[in-house]
Amino acid sequence: MTGLLAKAGLQMVLLLLVAPLLSGIIKTLKARLQTRRGPGILQSYRDIFKLFHKGMVIPDTASWIFSTTPYIVFVTAALVGLMIPMTTTDAPLSLFGGVLAVVYLLALGRFFLALGGLDAGSSFGGLGSSREMTISAIAEPAMMLAIFTVALAASSTNLSEMAKVAVSQSWKFLAPSQMLAFAALFIVLIAETGRIPVDNPATHLELTMIHEAMILEYSGPYLALIEWGASIKQLVLMTLLVNTFFPFGLSSDWTARGLGLGLIFYLTKIFLLAGLVILVETTNAKLRLFRVPELLMVSFIFGALALISTFLF
Amino acid sequence: MNTFPVGTIFALSLTAYLGGALACLASWQKPALCRYICCGSALAGAVFGGLAAVLGILQGTPFLWSISSGIPLFTYSFEYDALAGFFNLTLAILAGAVSLYSFSYLREFEGKRNIGFFGFLFHLLLLSLTVVFTAANAFLFLIGWEVMALVAYGLVAFYHEDRETRRAGLLYIVMAHIDAGCLLLGFALLMQVSGSADFASFRTAAAQLSNGQQAAAFIFFFLGFGIKAGIIPFHIWLPAAHPVAPSNISALLSGIVLKAGIYGMARIFLGGLGVLPSWAGLLVLIVGVASAVLGVLYALMEHDLKRLLAYHSIENIGIILIGLGAALVFRAAGHPQLAAVALIAAMFHTLNHAIFKCLLFLGAGSVLHSTGTRNMEEMGGLIRPMPVTAFCFLIGAVAISGLPPLNGFVSEWLTYQSLLAGYGATGGLTRILFPLAGSMLALTGALAAACFVKAFAITFLALPRSVESRHVHEAPRSMLVGMGWLTAACLALGLGVTWFLPVFDTLTEQLLGQRVGTNLISGHGLVLSAGLPHGGTVSTAVIGIGLVILLIPAVLLVSIRARRFARKRGPTWDCGLPGLSEENEFTATAFSKPLRMIFSALYQPRREIQAVFDVSPYFPKEIRFESEIEPTFEKRLYVPLKDLLLWFSIRMRAIQAGSIHAYLAYIFVTLVLLLLFGVRP
Repeated sequence: MTGLLAKAGLQMVLLLLVAPLLSGIIKTLKARLQTRRGPGILQSYRDIFKLFHKGMVIPDTASWIFSTTPYIVFVTAALVGLMIPMTTTDAPLSLFGGVLAVVYLLALGRFFLALGGLDAGSSFGGLGSSREMTISAIAEPAMMLAIFTVALAASSTNLSEMAKVAVSQSWKFLAPSQMLAFAALFIVLIAETGRIPVDNPATHLELTMIHEAMILEYSGPYLALIEWGASIKQLVLMTLLVNTFFPFGLSSDWTARGLGLGLIFYLTKIFLLAGLVILVETTNAKLRLFRVPELLMVSFIFGALALISTFLF
Repeated sequence: MNTFPVGTIFALSLTAYLGGALACLASWQKPALCRYICCGSALAGAVFGGLAAVLGILQGTPFLWSISSGIPLFTYSFEYDALAGFFNLTLAILAGAVSLYSFSYLREFEGKRNIGFFGFLFHLLLLSLTVVFTAANAFLFLIGWEVMALVAYGLVAFYHEDRETRRAGLLYIVMAHIDAGCLLLGFALLMQVSGSADFASFRTAAAQLSNGQQAAAFIFFFLGFGIKAGIIPFHIWLPAAHPVAPSNISALLSGIVLKAGIYGMARIFLGGLGVLPSWAGLLVLIVGVASAVLGVLYALMEHDLKRLLAYHSIENIGIILIGLGAALVFRAAGHPQLAAVALIAAMFHTLNHAIFKCLLFLGAGSVLHSTGTRNMEEMGGLIRPMPVTAFCFLIGAVAISGLPPLNGFVSEWLTYQSLLAGYGATGGLTRILFPLAGSMLALTGALAAACFVKAFAITFLALPRSVESRHVHEAPRSMLVGMGWLTAACLALGLGVTWFLPVFDTLTEQLLGQRVGTNLISGHGLVLSAGLPHGGTVSTAVIGIGLVILLIPAVLLVSIRARRFARKRGPTWDCGLPGLSEENEFTATAFSKPLRMIFSALYQPRREIQAVFDVSPYFPKEIRFESEIEPTFEKRLYVPLKDLLLWFSIRMRAIQAGSIHAYLAYIFVTLVLLLLFGVRP
């Protein structure tokens, strides 16, 4: 029990610290690629710190749903972070929730975020909520198909089991089914974390906003919680991707040496994936909202092909 | 304890329902007294029924009553086994909640409507459901079934002065009779083979069924029970009939009357027909997937709160059928253990859907009671005047969207796990169907979440959109107690699922010869596993505790900051234009617009905009907007069918000439044909 709490505590610290760093790195590198200077990789920490030191304005029309939402978004993302293997295959809470619980807990956060968006009573919030729920609904089947492909290969939906199986056959990622599933999940990752070409995290133009429109009315510590939660969610999804498909360097226990080595490998993998995301963001224009389903359909087809190729090979 | 007479308590419950029905009729002239009798006796019946079910499940020994009726083939035989106990438990939970709720709800009927007649029908509905769930004789079952259909018609058409209600009632009763006809044919086939109308004899005679007979019987029963359960494409009566009934009855219709179809399928497909071939299971699975996806897609387009909920019943029946279909396939493939897990998923979702759908309909009933409208576009901001109703509705919405840590998540999780297991357990290309069904289930879940964001937010959040919803009041206390009871059940079944699962042991042992409920629990009774060696595990209890533990530092962090810095109320950002009003709010129609565009092939949306302007079309004075989606099944399937039927009827008129000679000739020809048929060796 104390061991479990210690592991959970350690992973939580890692999660809370790395998530803003990742956002900062993505922002800075993206700026560099676009020949801008960028805000510096520590900017996300400064943003969160600053927001916690501000007062907040709550809309007149808002109810307790508006004030509960930031907590739920933050807490679900953080809890999910304890269920996925980060530096070791043995995630602290993996026994208590596998990949399905991860997907559905994130959906719980999204459910409340969408309610919070509608609670303020302006059209922006509703617009964002409507688009967010639509896109996530269309992304869901592709995501599940890809996850099923991996889960079937490991014959488990438990993420630690999946990571262990992946580690034991570490060149398996060259199998066609794995590559297709990775492609499907990568598209889903872009949609779920609100990146170009699906959503633009840097815009406040109502024609293109999705996530930003929902949180338009939040300020101060509430906004800090939501932003922090969103960055944790992004980290969690990217971790899920790198550790199930490229399990190199995952330590099998919680020894200091294993953890240290695991951490170095983990950060390298995450930043490489972040590089890929940035490359996609910089080389693509944002899609029209009604072209997004076509992109997600591609992802669904990748997922289905991945599944069929498990069957064939 | 062991000798506690389940039969006696069960009889008390039947007596309470029957006595209540008669007492209601007798006291119809005194509305207040009648209301007390109506709710009191139904509550007593529910308490006895629930007690009998709990004791029956705990003791695990079925009892059989059989009273001869003197008519061949027909006996008054009741069998209270694990399946009957489970459905009676579900019925009792809902009947208790609805009785409590009705106590205040029926007050508005006083002086306007006949509470005595309402109570009579209400009790008969509960009685007939109990009979359906326990009958061990085909004729008794059919009598219960038919009484249920007729009584439900009376309740659906209770507000009969409204034309829409009468039409819905008519549609309902027509469909109910088609399904009763299918069942009659199915039972006739089984009776022909077994020579008796007892369910027990069907089970023993199942081995003698030829493949053709088995297939024919399966089709008849699937049609019969499927129409009652509202599967697509036989669902059209459901979104018409459920919303127009009084809300407490809508809750029962969607909560438990639909489940009579599921009960019948479980009883017959896993008992009376022997081991069905795997195509039958796959058919159930595919129909389940179609019902789930189409049900939720149609629900998304509704802005009538009760119709929206009715469409979600179709979706959830689909999810239940996915589990049931998987169970049938696994049974045919020789994996009884997996079949048992899939059956538990289906049965647990049956119970869960009954509870949260009943809760949501009761919540919608409270809203309707306060605002007088079912149209969501006229609501808004109800969370302030109706906090308790809003909270209960929110819990129901989270549960029906399948989100952790509530009960809907657990049964969907079990369904996913059995679908994943199906991939390994079946051979050939059919195995691809299971993960595909899983991905469609994921789509259904995500769309359901979108739909309930819409339903909850448009109804309860932001500003009121009409005068009616500006001056509302919280529902009376008894209605809140009824909803609170179901809310507690959602929470308890979600967080405490590992304590509840052993209930299914006797049920799966009876139907499949496997006791797996206890195998699914590990990790000090906190963790639910899929029963496979490495399979998935989940623990809603730990998720719940984890969420609370993580919440504490987050709240502390914010509240310490918030004490030092200002936290003020201000107007929502209005783009610099003065004052946002309710007209600037998002509407339900707007919320579902992206999905209407994406799935336009299905909806065939049509819209019409008329703008009135003086100078330029960019400065309209008045805009009229109209949008509707095509009711595909009605237009493409039922209207041609109806036209064909009418055409045939008109042709048939030719032989109804009205001439006595012609009729005498018909009788003579019929007699000759019958004689030939009869003396044929």
